[in-house]
Amino acid sequence: MQSALAIVIGIIFAAGVFLMLRRNIVKFVFGLALVGQAVNLAIFASSGMTRYHAPLIHPESLYLSYQSADPLPQAMILTAIVIGFGLLAFTIIILLRTFQLFDEVDTDELQMVDKS
Amino acid sequence: MNLLVLPIIIPLLAAAVCLLFWKTPALQRWISFSGTFLSFISICILFWHVVNYGPVAIHIGGWQAPIGINLVADALAVIMLLVCSLVGVCVHLYSIFTRNETLEKFGHHPLLQTLLVGVYGSFLTGDIFNLYVSFEIMLISSFALLSAANGKLQIEGAFKYMALNLFGSFMFLAGIGILYGMAGTVNMADLAVKMSALDDPSMATATGMLFLVAFGLKAAAFPFFSWLPASYHTPPSAISAIFAGLLTKVGVYTVMRFFSLIFVQNIGFTHELIVVMGVLTMIAGIIGAVGQYDIRKILSFHIVSQIGYMLIGFGMWTEIAIAGAIFYLVHNIIAKTNLFLAAGVINRLQGSYHLDYVGGIYRQRPYFSILFLISALGLAGIPPLSGFFAKIFLIKAGLLDGRPIVVFLMVFVGLFTLISMIKIFEKAFWKPVKEGVEIQPLPGADNPSVINSMMIPIGILAVVVVLMGFGAPIVFELCKLAASQMLDPSAYIHAVLGGGF
Repeated sequence: MQSALAIVIGIIFAAGVFLMLRRNIVKFVFGLALVGQAVNLAIFASSGMTRYHAPLIHPESLYLSYQSADPLPQAMILTAIVIGFGLLAFTIIILLRTFQLFDEVDTDELQMVDKS
Repeated sequence: MNLLVLPIIIPLLAAAVCLLFWKTPALQRWISFSGTFLSFISICILFWHVVNYGPVAIHIGGWQAPIGINLVADALAVIMLLVCSLVGVCVHLYSIFTRNETLEKFGHHPLLQTLLVGVYGSFLTGDIFNLYVSFEIMLISSFALLSAANGKLQIEGAFKYMALNLFGSFMFLAGIGILYGMAGTVNMADLAVKMSALDDPSMATATGMLFLVAFGLKAAAFPFFSWLPASYHTPPSAISAIFAGLLTKVGVYTVMRFFSLIFVQNIGFTHELIVVMGVLTMIAGIIGAVGQYDIRKILSFHIVSQIGYMLIGFGMWTEIAIAGAIFYLVHNIIAKTNLFLAAGVINRLQGSYHLDYVGGIYRQRPYFSILFLISALGLAGIPPLSGFFAKIFLIKAGLLDGRPIVVFLMVFVGLFTLISMIKIFEKAFWKPVKEGVEIQPLPGADNPSVINSMMIPIGILAVVVVLMGFGAPIVFELCKLAASQMLDPSAYIHAVLGGGF
């Protein structure tokens, strides 16, 4: 399972980087989104995928008495997804503004900051 | 040690209160400034405590490390906090005095507070995932501040800034995932213990490279620096000043933190690589600055070149070299911020940042010229200002470490820094405006109270540059304390894992 997921992550990552290397900034943002998803999956895969129960402590005991799955990676991924979502939303707004102001999506034409 | 929470809580509260008064920027101004100022006070107390009694930690909610979330302050963290909050106060004062009302309408004040939350959080946090969260808080605030002016230039700069920084964040996140898979913890002190007991250090070095790319991007190191000169000259001057002072330095701080605490398995490779990166960063920045005539663009390229010095100092991995790098970091935050603030005043007086369209400011405002000259010569490293000692310590460390070529390059690049600073001073201050060019002062340039009040923060920072030069031995002792804690992180680890407060 882990090796299959590793291949999937590799493919998504490669697709994302490929899109990011295009000159079209819309494709660039799509690439960025894909890389973000690949990274979330990578956290999931690398932190060990185990088939155990949820880590719930019985009301009468103080400690976890059985082997359980690790909840922390999921908490981290959830946080990362939320943050990534917010950042992506903002990126898309900037993308829209860029298009409105320049009427252009080619990075070769967006060189105003270098010339000023 | 509840004091540790204050630098994060106070600006966060101030930001929240500012949002309540969204429609009245005049009120926001003072709420927000009191937030900046109170967090500065709390940081001063924290600084005093840590310097006297050693590193402190707090476990939020009483959950002991490495399970719970914790905040840690060692000497490096408090030095960075103190300098950054001082710069924060000065820039905030400046932004109030510039009275840029359109920006205030777009939430300049709450965003400035959240930016500070991110910066302080990055220095104080004790686990790498919260470091990521702090980074993102800092990043999203800086995106918003950068694009708030909403012109063509700002939006394009913001896009380029976002594109590379977001990619850096993803690399950072991937690194966290792999590191967690390897060590089963995200607590920095716990990672330090577990990574030193690793069976196969080569995997750790490979993960370290992910972090080096991520932090190199944030710190604008070679070859990842291109976003910086493309964006730092676009926003209003107060914003570009706080970016120039704080953001890249947080990247350098995290490089120092990670490669002193976690990735020390293969120093011969990783730290050598940091030195090589540093040398290339230094040279690339200085070459970029040569052909530029926009004041803020010249200064932006110099940020890049000076990041190189810090990386070199850290990579040499001796006590005096690391202390020199920290000294350089402190000096650079102050001098660079001040130059960006001064560039804002030049723009206000003559309506341009371009050296061809300004001139003769020395005749117009001699005292301001002297304040600018202090920071510019401080940056270039003229004795007895702070930059001279920063360079001397690094050069001495390089010679002791047996790296004559690196030392030669450092001196060479220093010379070019001086040439660039003289170029600005000559064209903007000494020479009269070129014939045929009509200067167009911005609103408020003829109002002496506006310009004079803008001098206050610039004056404070210039005084700090001078004091740091005369008090160099005292500051250097502090930096040495931080360096010794980095070389032997047992005090840091003990503060987090053993005992507790």
